[in-house]
Amino acid sequence: MKYSYYPGCTLRTKAKDLDVYARASAVALGIELEEITDWQCCGGVYPLGTDEIATKLSCVRALNEAKEKGQELVTMCSACHHVMKRVNDDMKNVEDIRTRANNYMELDEPYAGETEVLHFLEVLRDKIGFDELKKKVTNPLTGKKIGAYYGCLLLRPSKLLAFDDPENPKIIEDFIRAIGAEPVIYPYRNECCGGYISLKEKELSKSMCEKIMESAEGFGAEMLTTACPLCLYNLNKSTGAKLPVVYFTELLAEALGVRGEYQGKSAGAFGKEEMEKEVQVS
Amino acid sequence: MSSEKKQAELIKEISGVNPLKCMKCGKCSASCPSYNEMDIKPHQFVSYVINEDIESLVNSKSLWKCLSCFACVERCPRDVKPGKLIDAARQIVVRQKGQNYLLADEIPELLDPELPQQLLVSAFRRYRR
Repeated sequence: MKYSYYPGCTLRTKAKDLDVYARASAVALGIELEEITDWQCCGGVYPLGTDEIATKLSCVRALNEAKEKGQELVTMCSACHHVMKRVNDDMKNVEDIRTRANNYMELDEPYAGETEVLHFLEVLRDKIGFDELKKKVTNPLTGKKIGAYYGCLLLRPSKLLAFDDPENPKIIEDFIRAIGAEPVIYPYRNECCGGYISLKEKELSKSMCEKIMESAEGFGAEMLTTACPLCLYNLNKSTGAKLPVVYFTELLAEALGVRGEYQGKSAGAFGKEEMEKEVQVS
Repeated sequence: MSSEKKQAELIKEISGVNPLKCMKCGKCSASCPSYNEMDIKPHQFVSYVINEDIESLVNSKSLWKCLSCFACVERCPRDVKPGKLIDAARQIVVRQKGQNYLLADEIPELLDPELPQQLLVSAFRRYRR
């Protein structure tokens, strides 16, 4: 199965792990992630103003490239996913934005939200299936107690994201079970880490992250997992890494037995041939 | 049209929100993780727009405490979207000359080695034009 892939700015820099382990796991799962050519940053947050057009064009370009290739578009970072999914909804359902963005883009054929945007977790759940994933696990993380940290951006607003139940999600818990570990369900898993407030107001983010950590620890989690580089940073930074926080792709790569081979490699080392050489496609 | 009325119309236009749909249940404020930090609470934003008291709204520190976590948007039983109203008020401020809440010159001292690029682009998008 071949997908278009939008890594996003942070996966090229501070969150290389999130990207590298995803690519390694994709090869092990027989999925091809074809990176969007010359993609541009999504902007990190969805522009809420109904008159915002220019700030949405980077997503429209990526969405349109996927459409032209006839592929679904896979995201890895929660923030990219949130922005991409909402811009796609605008292009599909908001006539004014669709018209103005297309006027600007001057595409051969106007873009109208045709591309399906999938977070990699959705690929695991809906395309591969957690039962199938379980069969491909060679190194189950037996006995590890892992708390899923969803944060905000994957879940809300649920009408648009349509990712999972926004108040009682289970996709990451099901993922944790599939890789052989034990999910720890705790009440703060869909509370905000503070997001961008941590740039100027570290204390505010800190108090929010402490509550999340305490909640997870109190329910017996040994570690947390997330899909968002900013959540990972805020949780680590403001709680002194009380519990380790890792990307879900790192756990996946470990369970698939491909983690070690890729440790410390840069995302640039993942040309298609090189990946196939190094990891046996199952 | 008074300038306050114009500003209220502008907030409604940018946000796409109809504040008259609000039934004052307070679920947005109850859900807001920044509630304690806000001088004007999420359920009150709506009333300020209805009452056309935009002067108070744009000077409120609440504009810079909203995290865009969408808890209020998710849980509103009337689909009013208070988070979009507050973003529109923020836009009214930062779209004016010299009103950016975050300056490029501030960045160097806010950086640390682990700080993800995502944090900078997000803050730039919310805090300035």
